[in-house]
Amino acid sequence: MFPRPIQEASASRQLLYKIGLPISLVIWLLPMIAIIATAGRSLSDINYGNYWGIPSEWAFVDNFSAVFNSSPILWYLVNSVIITVPAIIGTLFLSTLAGAGLALYKFKGHFVIFAIFIAGNFVPYQILMIPVRHLTVNLGIYDTYWAVILFQMAFQTGFCTFFMRNFIAELPFELVESARSEGVSEWKILIHIIVPLVRPALAALAVLEFTFVWNDFFWPLILIQSDEIRPITLGLTTLKGQYISSFNLLAAGSLIAALPPVMMFFAMQRHFIAGLTLGASKG
Amino acid sequence: MTDIAFPAARPRNSFFRRNRLVIMPLLFIAPAFGMFSLFVIYPIAQSIALSFIEWQGIGPKKWIGFQNYIMLFNDPVFWKSLVNNIYWLVLFLLAPVIGLFVALYLNQKVFGIRLIKSLFFFPFVVSQVVVGLVFTWFYDPAFGLIATILKPLGLQLPSILASEDWATFGVITAGLWPQTAYCMILYLTGLNSVNPEMVEAARLDGAKGWNLLVKIVLPQLRAATFIAIVVTVIGALRSFDLVAIMTEGGPYNSSNVLAFYMYDNAIFRYRVGYAAAIATILFLIMDIYIVWFLMRLLKNEKGTR
Repeated sequence: MFPRPIQEASASRQLLYKIGLPISLVIWLLPMIAIIATAGRSLSDINYGNYWGIPSEWAFVDNFSAVFNSSPILWYLVNSVIITVPAIIGTLFLSTLAGAGLALYKFKGHFVIFAIFIAGNFVPYQILMIPVRHLTVNLGIYDTYWAVILFQMAFQTGFCTFFMRNFIAELPFELVESARSEGVSEWKILIHIIVPLVRPALAALAVLEFTFVWNDFFWPLILIQSDEIRPITLGLTTLKGQYISSFNLLAAGSLIAALPPVMMFFAMQRHFIAGLTLGASKG
Repeated sequence: MTDIAFPAARPRNSFFRRNRLVIMPLLFIAPAFGMFSLFVIYPIAQSIALSFIEWQGIGPKKWIGFQNYIMLFNDPVFWKSLVNNIYWLVLFLLAPVIGLFVALYLNQKVFGIRLIKSLFFFPFVVSQVVVGLVFTWFYDPAFGLIATILKPLGLQLPSILASEDWATFGVITAGLWPQTAYCMILYLTGLNSVNPEMVEAARLDGAKGWNLLVKIVLPQLRAATFIAIVVTVIGALRSFDLVAIMTEGGPYNSSNVLAFYMYDNAIFRYRVGYAAAIATILFLIMDIYIVWFLMRLLKNEKGTR
């Protein structure tokens, strides 16, 4: 193990480490702690300039209900869900198919197609921006949920295909070979053998994609105009204008926006990290 | 009997059966590749084509050859944005370095360490919009946290985001926070698979601390380092959200970056061809890393099925 286990260190160093951990954690999370504390700060504290001191009273309930009552944040949240869920399902469907196609068969141009999916995933968004905007206008879906859903589905398929292909390539290939020699159709092999085996990969991707699509700011900014269908990331910038002097409300809004991906992360941590680090073991 | 009853079915079916190992992968890949081509690959080609055109977004398009690029190379804001992108690139590479040290710091087995590790990872899960808002507010010269801490010490904080000298660095610092968390998790996972026997053997040979890290541990973390650098570089070049939230490129374009300048030109200045030229330059820069990644992948692919 590297570095040397702290248990082997002197008692004083062990103590130092154990005290140091929470302190460093607090410093590291200071921005989050600040936002949480501010979301619970009362308006009178803000008016008296008590921005960072100990709050004179806690006003979480007041602030959160104020945000929900005075802004369409609930709708922003609903919009985020409406965009994120179908985008993830579509992405997983497309990339499972494509990943299996790339992993289970040998054919000419195999690496080229694989490389295109990966390379596309690293492309700067800006080079896609103008044509994708026009494409959605031409398809008649500009300024609808579909514009963002379809784009995210297409774009995220790049990374997910890379992931699925690597995952499927690691599965025991004999399963597929013996099914083939029994005369099972390729389609049935996919549905009855591959899909049950890739469920952990699908879970990992679903969690990871949830945070990617939920947190995305750029594409809704480009593809959505109407306030009614804005997701929460875009909605927050609207709130920023609305709550220009009520930081406590803006902080509460930010917390609400951050909550779903954070909850997802803590509930599905293992999957999340598996999704992130697959590339690390493969690179 | 069935052969006679369905004369056309058999040859078609058998053609399909004979070639199913060629046809099936194409059928499997087609939907994904179709979508990807429509929304990603074709738009790249279109953007590059647009960069040779003068266009306001509506109305007539005019082919002007390299005119947009010539204008770009004479545009001080373009150069300022490019320089800022280089600042982003260089300073963002602190993320893998700090991430490594944080990972080494946390790579212990003590009570509650799992929870601490995940809390350290927290910033990456939060939207950049939120990160941008929090840091903007930390930096506020009147009532920001930093100003509040400095005040009793008799120090006055310059208005970071309103200062031409400091705005870019203020935004980069905000970006480093989640990026470091990302690199940290890559290294924590990498450290799990470091061969303990090699480390022990090196210890017996008297290797310690820094030497052990550089000569024994780091080489085993190469995969993690590679991916950390790739995602960090791409993240640095993609920097848009934080700039849009925190400064909108200001003051006086001092914190602009190519991604934001491009957006600004396309949406607010109606210089679509010009914006496409900026995007193309950004794309060319990023291609270096994309090619690097693919070459390495190709090398690793050889020898697998």
